[in-house]
Amino acid sequence: MVQPEIYDALTQILREIFDDPTLRAAPEMSAKDVPEWDSFNHINIIVAAEQRFGVKFRTAEIDGLRNVGDFAELIAAKRQAA
Amino acid sequence: MTPSTAPLSLYWLPPAGDFSGEIAAARDAADDAETLFRRLVALAGRRLDFTQTLRLDRLLIASRDRLPARAPRLRLALAGNATLEQLAPGIRVGALRRGLLVDTLVAPFGQWRQQILDPGSALYDFKPDAIALLLDAHALLPELPLSASAQDAAAAVETAVDDVAQSWRTAQDHAQAAIIQLVPWLDEPPVLGHLEHRVPAARGALWTRLTVGLTEAAAAAGVALLDLRAASRAVGTQQLSDPALWYHAKQSIAPAAASWIGDHVARILGALRGLSKKVLVLDLDNTLWGGTIGDDGLDGIVLGQGSGPGEAYAGFQRYAKRLAERGILLAVSSKNEPAIVHAAFERHPEMVLRRRDFAAMEIGWGDKPQALRRIAKDLALGLDSLVFVDDNPAERELVRRTLPAVAVPELPEAPELYARCLADAGYYETVAFTGDDTKRTAHYAANRERRQMQSAATDIESFLRDLRMTLSVGPFGAADVPRIAQLINKTNQFNLTTRRYTEAEVGALMQDPGVVTLAARLADRFGDNGLTTVIIGRKLDDGEEPVLDIDSWLMSCRILGRRVEHAMLTVIAEKAGAAGARRLIGHYRPTPRNGIVRSLYAELGFTPVAGDEGSGETAWALSLGTAPLPPTDHVSIVHNG
Repeated sequence: MVQPEIYDALTQILREIFDDPTLRAAPEMSAKDVPEWDSFNHINIIVAAEQRFGVKFRTAEIDGLRNVGDFAELIAAKRQAA
Repeated sequence: MTPSTAPLSLYWLPPAGDFSGEIAAARDAADDAETLFRRLVALAGRRLDFTQTLRLDRLLIASRDRLPARAPRLRLALAGNATLEQLAPGIRVGALRRGLLVDTLVAPFGQWRQQILDPGSALYDFKPDAIALLLDAHALLPELPLSASAQDAAAAVETAVDDVAQSWRTAQDHAQAAIIQLVPWLDEPPVLGHLEHRVPAARGALWTRLTVGLTEAAAAAGVALLDLRAASRAVGTQQLSDPALWYHAKQSIAPAAASWIGDHVARILGALRGLSKKVLVLDLDNTLWGGTIGDDGLDGIVLGQGSGPGEAYAGFQRYAKRLAERGILLAVSSKNEPAIVHAAFERHPEMVLRRRDFAAMEIGWGDKPQALRRIAKDLALGLDSLVFVDDNPAERELVRRTLPAVAVPELPEAPELYARCLADAGYYETVAFTGDDTKRTAHYAANRERRQMQSAATDIESFLRDLRMTLSVGPFGAADVPRIAQLINKTNQFNLTTRRYTEAEVGALMQDPGVVTLAARLADRFGDNGLTTVIIGRKLDDGEEPVLDIDSWLMSCRILGRRVEHAMLTVIAEKAGAAGARRLIGHYRPTPRNGIVRSLYAELGFTPVAGDEGSGETAWALSLGTAPLPPTDHVSIVHNG
């Protein structure tokens, strides 16, 4: 179960990284939905989330991400484990 | 809550405050160029996290065309073996923190060699002012069997260093750029534990040898170092390298460390552009000793042996003394009775710093911004040369608000952390250290004596005569190149064109038959002021007749007001005549700092030949042989070479 505040925080991160106040994090959203979502900003999102949630992702976890929903579930699981 | 002193957090900067609000305000305000620039520099001076750094960088890039033309700019090419894109925002924001606008180019991943070797590469097309070669330990360390002998290990490292040094030379041939080489940390886990450095071919031992080799080669080649060996140990190398992102995206530098490493790169860039700080202004009570001397008395203050805090204050004084030894000027700004303070410096047995260690003292009951203004004026330096250290948050806030050019570290509460804080903040970065640096405090002390003599003298002519000045002048000598490059890059006030040249470029000027160089030392009855004046002239033909075009003319602020410029003019006029020139051409290019030489050429008898309303640049001419030169009988001129 992914808490709504994770999506709220991800929304905040996406808005700050892409400087676009209209963005809203949603489970099916992925890099192809945001023109500026390239490998540079992909890393920026991961690092911003690590800092926001106080977690550290493993390389296998980063490789397995398909969309924002995967990312939110990963964060929820890591927070529960922490 | 005790603030963190983790370097990656940039803890010496004041908190970010309402960052989002101020970013929005800066974006929406219809500021003029100067206001916008000040706003952005102020934001960069805050303690920003990873995302805030990215946001400010985005705003900076969007504002580029609206920023003032007078702001110093630098083009930086980044080349390395790993993914470096995440570093660029940290560098740009770190440079903005120093009032420097940096454009970056990141060479394509994995192509640093091709980019350096190919004179037509994107890297050279970018016309960089500086090239940072960020090769990590993965790229630099040779692969050797663990059984290899010490000789084989040494030879393999030497080959690796030669390879890098060859890249520097190639880059120096293809670009007029300063080269900055990363001395990397080792992020590979040891296989031999405590024996890692005893076995010659172990990665740890190879790395130690390699860093020493790179350092020596860089000194020989005039290459600047981004030496993160010590700093990376203090931070923890596991914080700087992110194995997950290394294997995922070949990030050898953790993006979370980008603001910190970016600030380090920006320190080097700032040093190349003469933007490093020069003065340490110290508060006294609870900064240099514990307690309040006005209340507690000379015997009541906490300093030196007898208590932990006392030892810690003495330790901070020792650090300040070492800074003075390397050429940082010390000053005092304190709200106290002068007599009580002077007695403490003279008589307290545990006092490490003494009055002679300070180039300026402002002790009284006026406010600190006024005191700092007087100190800057007294030392003939800009407010942006000052670092102000005070334990009192209210004083710090007042100075930050009133004098944003002064750097004010967010001092930790414990005196044992003061020195570390100053070092971590990296205010005094330099790309060269010369014998002149160690004598700086003595120079300023001698200047004070000269000023006293000046107030005693009835007129300026007799004062100058009584100084008994000797100017030794000649073409640039090879041994003086580091000092000449240092002057060229640090001098802001008496600097007609503020053109900056690296050591390599200075060396090239010396070889150029079309260039006339002059370097001069000034001595007087109070001592030797050292190498303090530089002129670079270019032999040109302006279509009418051969001329000598004065590309650069600069003089250390240490010797201003002594009509040395008159003597230098007669020398350059003589050299120009000997080179066949019929006229001298001078240029003035205005910066925020060089207003004192705006009318120098007019005062020296040049006539205006051109001016540009927009940039404020002016050009001047003096016919040789016909126009009278100012008298120089106050100084004897000795020619060497």
